[in-house]
Amino acid sequence: MADLLRRLGASLVDRIWQLGFASRFFWAVLRYSGQCLTRPNLTVREVYFSGVLSLLIITVSGLFVGMVLGLQGYETLQRFGSSEALGILVALSLVRELGPVVAALLFASRAGSSITAEIGLMKATEQLKAMDMMAVNPLARVVAPRFWGGVISMPFLAALFSAMGVFGGWLVGVVLIGVDDGAFWSQMQASVDFREDILNGVIKSVVFGAAVSWISVFEGYDSAPTAEGVSRAITRTVVTSALVILALDVVLTSFMFRGA
Amino acid sequence: MPTESLVEIRGLNFAYDTDSGPRKVLEGIDMSFHKGKVVAIMGGSGCGKTTLLRLIGGQLRPSAGEVKVAGHAVHRMNTRELYALRRRMGMLFQFGALFTDMSVFDNVAFQMREHTDLPEELIRDMVLLKLQAVGLRGAAGLMPNELSGGMARRVALARAVALDPMLIMYDEPFTGLDPISLGVIGQLIRKLNDALGATSIMVTHDIQESLQIVDYIYFMSAGRVVAQGTPDEIRASRDPFVHQFVHAEADGPVPFHYPAVSVADSLLGGVRG
Repeated sequence: MADLLRRLGASLVDRIWQLGFASRFFWAVLRYSGQCLTRPNLTVREVYFSGVLSLLIITVSGLFVGMVLGLQGYETLQRFGSSEALGILVALSLVRELGPVVAALLFASRAGSSITAEIGLMKATEQLKAMDMMAVNPLARVVAPRFWGGVISMPFLAALFSAMGVFGGWLVGVVLIGVDDGAFWSQMQASVDFREDILNGVIKSVVFGAAVSWISVFEGYDSAPTAEGVSRAITRTVVTSALVILALDVVLTSFMFRGA
Repeated sequence: MPTESLVEIRGLNFAYDTDSGPRKVLEGIDMSFHKGKVVAIMGGSGCGKTTLLRLIGGQLRPSAGEVKVAGHAVHRMNTRELYALRRRMGMLFQFGALFTDMSVFDNVAFQMREHTDLPEELIRDMVLLKLQAVGLRGAAGLMPNELSGGMARRVALARAVALDPMLIMYDEPFTGLDPISLGVIGQLIRKLNDALGATSIMVTHDIQESLQIVDYIYFMSAGRVVAQGTPDEIRASRDPFVHQFVHAEADGPVPFHYPAVSVADSLLGGVRG
């Protein structure tokens, strides 16, 4: 029993230590972000790798999620004779929740894991040490551009996910099932508020983008410099990102949509 | 060695912090690296050679003693001063550590682009000259994954001397190379050092190659300097450690067996480590 408690305590202390190190690392990344402004091409390159190369998975997933929403939403709404409200249901579900959350989960799996792998392998093959010995700070040259590339990409990916989702919902609801086209769009237009719904969704996606990017660059930088260490770091990135996204979503939603 | 020294190490101690307390790696090291010379630090794996290079480069801080490069105590420098000093240093890592997302050309151009405002045409000429010096001008457009081990090491060498450093450090430059590549790298280390008027510190355990190209050798064992001298002095040495090392004997002052309880105790009492 005492041994179990000791191990639990040691594990807790380890986690707190790790969180402290991650926070100091985050602060250091922000401090060395100046180069991202003076040399924007470094960040643009990372926006390409994190954002542009994630377009396919985001587009296709958004379309499928929207189609499922259309099917499930119609099934429920028609029981209450309000199938015209399908547009509202699809749009609000996507813009408020599914867009930012699912896009962030996909972003963590697609781009976050690759950021962790790249930085982890650079560390394992001494590329970061070599850069440091060349008087080039790896935090400024490697880490900060990848962090900001993720933060910038995420809101656009979430917006694209939502737009494709709405399109998918329309495709199933209006084109396949036969919900009235005018009602679908006009009810959506009347009920979706720019500040309450869209802006809050954008804020969520920025926060998720920052969280996933932070976790990804930290796990890569902190990984053990071995094949096993890098693979564990990639797993941690995906798992921790998913948990953090969902936990942050609860917190943000409770602040944003209080009785609105 | 009569010339002025570029790197001075005095009373250097270093220990890594581990969960079970500090683990001593270097103890009471005194070394001098004179300008224009190629000096080898030799010893078995894990004797603290690479740690010593990292202390000279300022990537680690000593527990006691001091490391001076060009008259400046490296461990007392702040990041800005350290980076200013490192611009005048070059380092070749054990497996090259080339940036895998950049071509050979971009790898060699990396420091020039980061630290100078030179026009791209001039950088191009300088990079091609560096690659010409290591015989790989024709490989400028290749990516690191298209290079053999020996070629990658030569590109890393060209990158290490890109800004004509005053001090070049080599971490196991001969590891994993075929005899031809090994000879080529050895000759390049000597030629580049003399052409640039630089000082070279080479951590290695390749005794035969080192004896041909270096001016001075330090032997290390268990974190201490156990022997030193010019190649001729080393060849003639009767020191048991040097003898074991030069003649590649399995047992001697460096034991074949990892410390353990006696064989009888192990076999009769179960393996207790």
